[in-house]
Parts: sequence; structure tokens; C-alpha cells
Amino acid sequence: MILIALVSILFIGGIIAWIAEGWNRDWPRWVSLISIAVAALLLPSLFLLEPHLSATPATTANSWLILHSIPWIPKFGIAVLVGLDGLSLLMVTLTIFLGLIAVVSSWSEIDHRPGFFQFNIMWTLAGVVGVFIALDMFLFFFFWEVMLIPMYLLIAIWGHENRGYASMKFFLFTQISGLLLLVSILALVFANYGNTGEFTFSYFALLDANLSPDVAYWVMWGFFIAFVVKLPGFPFHTWLPDAHTQAPTAASVLLAGILLKTGAYGLIRFTVPLFPEAAVEIAPLAMLLGVAGVIYGAILAFAQSDFKRLVAYSSVSHMGFVLIGIYAWNQLSLQGSVMQMIAHGLSTAALFMIAGALQQRLHTRDMTAMGGLWVSMPRMGGITLFFIIASLGMPGLGNFVGEFLILMGTFKVNIPITVFAALGLITAAVYALYAMQQTFQGAPTQELDVEDFGAREISVMVLMMVGLVFLGLYPQPVFDIVDPVLAGLYQLTQSTPSWLGSL
Amino acid sequence: MNDLLWIVPILPLLGFLIQYVSAGKLPKLWVSCIGAGSVGLAAIIVALIGIEYLQQTDPVAYTVTLYTWMDVGGFKPGFSFYLDGLSLTMMFVITGVGFLIHLYSTLFMFDDESYARFFAYMNLFVSAMLVLVLADNLLLLYLGWEGVGLCSYLLIGFWHTDAANGLAARKAFVVTRVGDTAMALGLFLLFAHLGTLDIQPMMKLAGETWQTGDTIPTIACLLILGGAVGKSAQLPLQTWLPDAMAGPTPVSALIHAATMVTAGVYLIARTHDLFLLAPAAQMTVALVGLITLIMAACTALTQTDIKRILAYSTISQIGYMFLALGVGAWSAGIFHLMTHAFFKALLFLGAGAVIYSLHHEHDIFKMGGLRTKLPVPFWSFLIGSAALAGFPFITSGFYSKDEILLQAWAYGDMGPWLWAGGAFGALLTAIYSFRLVFIVFFGETRTEPSAPAGWAMAVPLVVLCGLAIVGGWFHVPVDAVFPEASPVRHGGTVFWVTAAIPVLGILIAWMIFLRKSIDVTPLTDSAVGRLVTRFWFSHWAMDWLYDLVLVRPYRWIAAINKDDAVDYVYNGTASLAQFLHRLIGTSQTGQLRWYAATMAAGLVLVIAILMEFI
Repeated sequence: MILIALVSILFIGGIIAWIAEGWNRDWPRWVSLISIAVAALLLPSLFLLEPHLSATPATTANSWLILHSIPWIPKFGIAVLVGLDGLSLLMVTLTIFLGLIAVVSSWSEIDHRPGFFQFNIMWTLAGVVGVFIALDMFLFFFFWEVMLIPMYLLIAIWGHENRGYASMKFFLFTQISGLLLLVSILALVFANYGNTGEFTFSYFALLDANLSPDVAYWVMWGFFIAFVVKLPGFPFHTWLPDAHTQAPTAASVLLAGILLKTGAYGLIRFTVPLFPEAAVEIAPLAMLLGVAGVIYGAILAFAQSDFKRLVAYSSVSHMGFVLIGIYAWNQLSLQGSVMQMIAHGLSTAALFMIAGALQQRLHTRDMTAMGGLWVSMPRMGGITLFFIIASLGMPGLGNFVGEFLILMGTFKVNIPITVFAALGLITAAVYALYAMQQTFQGAPTQELDVEDFGAREISVMVLMMVGLVFLGLYPQPVFDIVDPVLAGLYQLTQSTPSWLGSL
Repeated sequence: MNDLLWIVPILPLLGFLIQYVSAGKLPKLWVSCIGAGSVGLAAIIVALIGIEYLQQTDPVAYTVTLYTWMDVGGFKPGFSFYLDGLSLTMMFVITGVGFLIHLYSTLFMFDDESYARFFAYMNLFVSAMLVLVLADNLLLLYLGWEGVGLCSYLLIGFWHTDAANGLAARKAFVVTRVGDTAMALGLFLLFAHLGTLDIQPMMKLAGETWQTGDTIPTIACLLILGGAVGKSAQLPLQTWLPDAMAGPTPVSALIHAATMVTAGVYLIARTHDLFLLAPAAQMTVALVGLITLIMAACTALTQTDIKRILAYSTISQIGYMFLALGVGAWSAGIFHLMTHAFFKALLFLGAGAVIYSLHHEHDIFKMGGLRTKLPVPFWSFLIGSAALAGFPFITSGFYSKDEILLQAWAYGDMGPWLWAGGAFGALLTAIYSFRLVFIVFFGETRTEPSAPAGWAMAVPLVVLCGLAIVGGWFHVPVDAVFPEASPVRHGGTVFWVTAAIPVLGILIAWMIFLRKSIDVTPLTDSAVGRLVTRFWFSHWAMDWLYDLVLVRPYRWIAAINKDDAVDYVYNGTASLAQFLHRLIGTSQTGQLRWYAATMAAGLVLVIAILMEFI
């Protein structure tokens, strides 16, 4: 029940925030803050759960902390089937944490229709949390759509100068890939129906679907593309720079921090386990797309003069590592991918907040108009420097652990891929330090009378800094949470020895 | 004392944290005390650890583990520190020389408005460098390795309002990162084959797994060498070091002379068992060192910026260390690392004192006659340059460099050639180092110095003068670490020739630059001479080459693809849809007769087609 409560709190909080706008324009953000905080209070108890056998279907390993099913539309085999394992738990925690951060960081940014704004934030969060816990494919698709529409509205209504184009692009990319996902889910369900005579959307039942290799191959592509668009993987990434750049700060934080992770989550949870043989077949191609993303994103990041756009392309680069790690599919690379997802969520969210803070103060995102900001804003400079070096993979911070493990794991599978991906370590340094130079270093372009980071902003930033240092110096708790999940995943894919002996 | 080992890197880290968190709000006196004090305290603890370690009749290396960093899929590196004679020697140098440089900086940087930021970065550097040399596994070593690289970047670009400094800093970071990435690949390779990155077990396993000359250890060694040449500024990645002189002079002394740039030497020495399995890679180390030392010495002859001369001499001297490692003279390499740390720190701090008194003048041709006016820097330079040149018997540099050259001579068939190259480099070294001394401190005064600096700068200079002389009698406690080097004869023709070369070089410098009895202008002014001088001055046009082959193409690709070519496909699709929409939209005229006419035309067409088929 706790999972349903979690999602409901966010849904209901969103509605109340919208209504509260009519009473007092200051209330919606408080409603949001309080509802997310309540949701956050539910989380610690989840970390105490142990995997329990009784709840676990025979087909999967003993990695589920919670499994809960309520009949919904029994005629079509649709149920509210939700579950939580270590991977979902980490992703939900990241979502709630960044949700809190997003609300606090946009505390004074939104004047226009604040209640509706908060409603959209909350519903996006609810959708994302739903995606991370849904184990019925129909329910999963429902949440998948729920998280996208409010995000579209956030960009379309509260976005920057080019919001119309960006939001429409975002909408088209996500809707087309969503349609692909829907078609693939239905194809999978019908194929399973044809084999077993049972109509079901249950993840666990579909894991056992005995598909013919051809069907599996084509349906897998549908899942793969839908999730890779979200990730975003090369060459489906072009919605992201526009969406990110135009979105208001809070939406950028949610987009980069958590929405992209739903793509990676989908690949790990669904694409590979549902179609292991087909996944093996395309693994080299998938890793190649990952490498292309790493390098291409990094080169484009270096070319940008818009700070937010630079960070957006750096996301393409960083998420390329995740894609590689997933398709290398071994313990090192998958642990690395999960770590990279969390660390990238924190570091990039922080960089988007910094971009937002810069825009709020300087009314521009153009780095050619910046320079020498350290002089007027040393605290902001010192903090930006931290996230810049986190982003370029400095050991001791979480991003390094992620990238290093991904590369180390991939090396065992495919050496050329590893070598080219490792070039990303160099190109990352090029664009990251360039961004630092263009904004905070160099000669001050003008006499600036701007406010440095205040207590609210610093406390939010320090939270994220502590998080990254913790992940970098003591990542073991995260590994321990994910480990049983990986054990379960291996069990699902062990029928494909052609992949790797080293699983 | 064993339990205190982990405190050594923690102390400067605490110094960093206090100053980072206090964000420049501490009084300067506090900053000085915390900044220099944390390193000083670390030096005292190192001394205590060292005394206890060396007092044992048969010192036993030991490991102190703080905790397991991560434990994933059989990969289990720890925050573990390993103490043996090699790491002890490195710790001595880092904390000892480091403390002197911190003390010096309390005065040198006193008027800087970012005084606290300076010490924060310096402390972080010392901490990272200590982690690098104490790490018992290659992942932790990599943490220190990247950490010192970061601090190097931060301190080169310390005066960040000047964009040129920022560029130099970024260059240093990116160029060394190229090496670091090679090294990371080396780690992946080693882990994939040996299943661990813990250095001691790994070396043992390597010996059991591979035969001498096998491919895998050779590739692994070459990748590690890639990391080493980046950090230690050797061919082909040495181009960042001269630009790194943009940082404050104490930074150049600490990071870009005494400690960080020797990390590559340390890395190869630490993994020497691996290199012994890969003779081809080891030979590459020797050749890289030899070529670099000659190239850099030629460039040093032509430079006019006092710090850049020293920078090239650093590259050159590290070349000697690589040569030593390459010929298996492990102890000699580490010995030279230590003496070089003394005399090069001395030279940089001396240069700092000159620059300080001459209001940031760097050009040696605008200096002159400073011998009497700045006695402490003069004696520092005299002693430092003598040690750098390897003046026989009374300087530390002689003992370490002599050892390297003699070992090179004894190295098989290639030996005499390696020796000859090194000896030629030694001749050049003596010439360029005394060129500097004669131009700056003798002759007529060209710029009037202000008052010499105070005690905080003088004391470190005097101490380092002492070390630059007596350092040659120290015995680095690394006998248990390395296999025994081949014995060399101290005496005989080779020995005396090797010893005479520095004297000859100093004589030549004296005749050219002070007595002016040899006029080299016809040579340097000839067409060929000018070309060679320019070529050497630009450090063999390497910057130009990299700019042409790497930097410009990368910038060009980035610039032409700024708008993301992939997006054209999607926008093109959108445009096509819009175009078709407009095209078909034009048929929607709203006129009934137009619709009727087209309908009729269509009907005719359909009938015509049908008739054709029937």
C-alpha cells in the first residue's frame, strides 16, 4: 500500500496546489513542498525492507522488497501491479529528492499561474514515481504518458523565448516514441496471448512469454527505441537540447535529473529481460550508439555558447555511458550505469540550477556575455567549479565511480567500444573547463552588481555536493541495494550464454 | 606510529576543508597557520614514521586500510595506504619540501586578495599527492593522480581574471588527461587479466601469469607509460608544462618541479615488476627520457623567461629519471627525483625571490648584476644551478645524475649510446643553467630591485641550499623495493669524463656569456642559426603541430556542427510535412466548380487506367 500512497500523495498534492492558487498565490509552492516532504518521510522505512520470498513470483530472483496487486480490468488481464526492488527504490528516492530540490530552487522564479505550475511539477513527479514502480505494462504505459503531458505544459507555458518550438518538439518525440511503446506492448501481449491463451499485461507473466525469435526481435526494437529516445541516445537526442534550454529551471532539473533516467530504467527493467536473445543481438549496435552519444554530445557541448545548451549536450554525452554500461550487461558495468544515473542526476540538476540562477541574475544564458563572474559571485563560482569537476569525472565524486565501472565492465566485453568511450573522458574535460572559463573566469565583462548565492541556494547546493562526495567515497550502500536486483536480472538472462561468460 | 600513516594525507585535507568552507573569511594569520601548519605537522609525523620505520634492522612494508572503497563483481579496492622505502622517500619530499614552499608562500602571496584560496588549493594538492604515493592500489593512486591534476589546473589558473592563465590551466588539464585516459585503459587491461588492482598482489600475479616479453604486459606498460608521460611532461605530452608557469611561482616550485611532475617516475618505479616483464616497453621509457631530455635542453638554451628556462630544465631532468628507469637504474631514478626536488624547488623559489624584488619581471635580459643586491637569491641560484648542472663532488645533482649515466653506460649494447646522449644533455644543462646565472646575476644592472624579501622567504631558500648540497650523501631507503642494479665502476675513464662534462659546460657558458671571449652571434645570426634557434625556442614546433593536427580540427568540427546536423533530419521531416500540407492546402479553394472539375478529371484518369489494364 505504501507505494500507492506515495504516488497518491503526489497526485493529490498537485491538485490541492492548483486549487490553492485561488486562495493565495503563495500557497501552491508550500503545498508542493509539504506533499513532497511527506512523500520523502515514507522513504526511510523502505530502505529497511528485506527481500521476502513469499511475495516473489517463482520466475524471478528474490529481489523484490514489495509486490502489490489490485485487480483493475480483469477482462484484459490488467491490474494495478506495483513493486519495489533496490533499483526502483533508488530511482524513487532520487525522484523525490530532486523533486524537493526543484520546488525549492524555483521558489521565487514563477509568477505566472503558480498553482498550475506546481500541479504540473507534482504530476510529473507522480508519473515518474509510477513509472519506477509499475509492473503491469498497461499501468506502466499510463504513468509513462502521465509524466510527459505535464512536462510538455511546463515547457510550453513557463518556458523561455523559444518555448513553442521546443515544447512541440518534445511533445512529438515523446508521443511518437510513446506510440511505438504502446504498439510494442500490445504486440507483446497479443503474441503472449497467442502462445498461452492468457490475456495479461503482467511483467512477470510476460517474462515467460515464449516468443518466436522474429517477433521478439521486432517487438524489442519498439521498446528499445522508445526508451532510447527518452535516454536520450544518439541519434534521437535532438529534442533534449531544445527542451532543456527552453524549460524553466525546475523543469530542467526534473528532465535531466529523473526523466532521462526512466529511459535507462526501461532498458534495464524491460527491454533486456523481456527479450534477452534479441538484446544480445543488438548489444554491439546499442553500445555503438552509446559511444556515438558520448563523443557527439561532448563535441556539441563544446560548440555551444548557451550555458544551458552546453549542459544539455553534456547530458547526451553522460547518458551515452549509461547506454554502453547497460548493454555490456555485467555486474561492473550495470552497477556503474546505476551509479552514473544517480550521480548525473545530482550533478546535472545542480548545473541546471546554476544556469537558472545565472539567467535570473544576468537575464541571459549566453556565455559570450559572461566571464569573470567569480569576482562578483565567488560563492557561486566555487560551487559551480565543484559540479563542473564532478561532471568531468573527478575521482572522489560519484560520476567517476559510475563512468569508471562502466568502462571497466565494458572492457571485458568489447575493447574498441571501451577505448572510444574513454575518449569521452578527454572531451568532457574540454567542454566542462571551457564552460567554467567562459562564465566565472577571465576578465569581468562589466561592472556587475549581482547577488551571490544566498543561504537557500547554498543549502540546496551543499546537499547535492555532499551527495556526490558520499557516492564518490563510499558508494557501497548503493551497490548493496542494487546487487540483489542484478542477481535477479542475471537469472532472467542466463539463458543467453552467448552474451557473456562473466555474468 | 603505524596507525598514524593515514593521518598524513588527512591533515592537509583538513586544512583545505577549513579554508574552502570558510570561503576567505578567516584572518590571514589563521590562513597561514592552517595552510603551512597542516603541512608542517604532516612533515613531523612523516619524520616520526620514517624514524621508526628505518630503525628496524630489516624494515617491513605494511598496509593501513581505512575502509573498503567499493566491492563490486570481484573488484575490491580499498582506501589503503602502503608504506615502504619508496613511499616513505616520496612522503619525505612532499611534506618536507612542501612545508618549505608553504612557508615561503606565506610571504610571497601575502598581498594577494585570494590568499586563503591559494592555501586551500595548495593543501588539497599536498593531500592528493600523498594519497598518490601512499595508495596500495591503482584506483586509489588514480584518485590521487587526478586530484593533483585538478589542483595543478586550479593553481595554474589561480589568477583567473587573466584569460591567458585560464587557457594555460585548461591546456595542462586536457593534455595530462590524454595521458590519464591511456593509464585508465591500462588499469582496465590489468584488471581484466589479473582480477585485481592492488599493487603488491598484482605484481606477484603478473610474474606468475606472464612470461617476459608477452604482449599483454607490454601493452599494459605502454598505457601506464602514457599516463606517466602526461603527468611528468615527457615526449609527446610535455607541451603543457612551460605554459603552466602562468601559475604563482611557489606553485611552479611545488607542483611543477618538486612533486607532481615526478609522479610519472613514481608510477613506473612502483610498477617496475610489470616493466621488467616488458623489455620493449622499458626500452621505450629510456628512449622517451633520452629524447625528451635533449629536446628540452636545447629549448632551455634559447628561452628568455626565467621561469620557462626552469620549466624546460625540469622536463629535461625528468627525462634523466625516465632514462634511469628505462635502463633499470630504479634507485638512481628515485635518487635523482629527490635531489631534483631539492635543487629545482630551490631554483624556482630563488626565481620567485628575484621576480618578487623586480616587480614581476620575468625576462632575464632585463635583469643583470643582481649578485650583490640580492645575495640570498644569488647564492640560491649558484648552488641550485651547480646542482642542476651536476658540478662534481660538492653538489647533490652530481651524485644522482652521475649514477644514472654510469648505469646507462653499463646497459648492454645500447649503453654507450644512451650514455652519450645523456652526457650531451648534461653538457647542454651546464651551459643553459649558467647562462641564466651569468646573465641575471652578473654584468650590469638593468632593473633596480626593491628590498630583498623577508625571512619567511629566505629561510626556505637557505634550507634548500643546504639540501641541494648535502642531498647527494643521503641514501634513499629503496634497496628492498627494487631489484639490485648492475654494479658500476666509480673510477676509470667513463667516470671521469662524466664528471668533467658539467665543468666543461660551465666553462663554455662562462666564456660565452660572461667573459664573452667566444662570440656566438655569427652562428646564431646566420640563416640556419636563426631557423634552428626559432625551432628550438618553440620547443621543436610541437605546440604548432598539435594546434594544427588536433586543436583546430576539433574546434572546426565543433563549430560547423554547432546546430547539430542530426537535427536537420528531424526539422527536414517537419518542413516536408509543412510543405506537403501547403501544397495540398492550395487545392482547397472553396470553389464548387474547381472541385467538380478535379473530380471529373480524376474520374477520367481512373477509367483510363482501368481500361489500360483490362
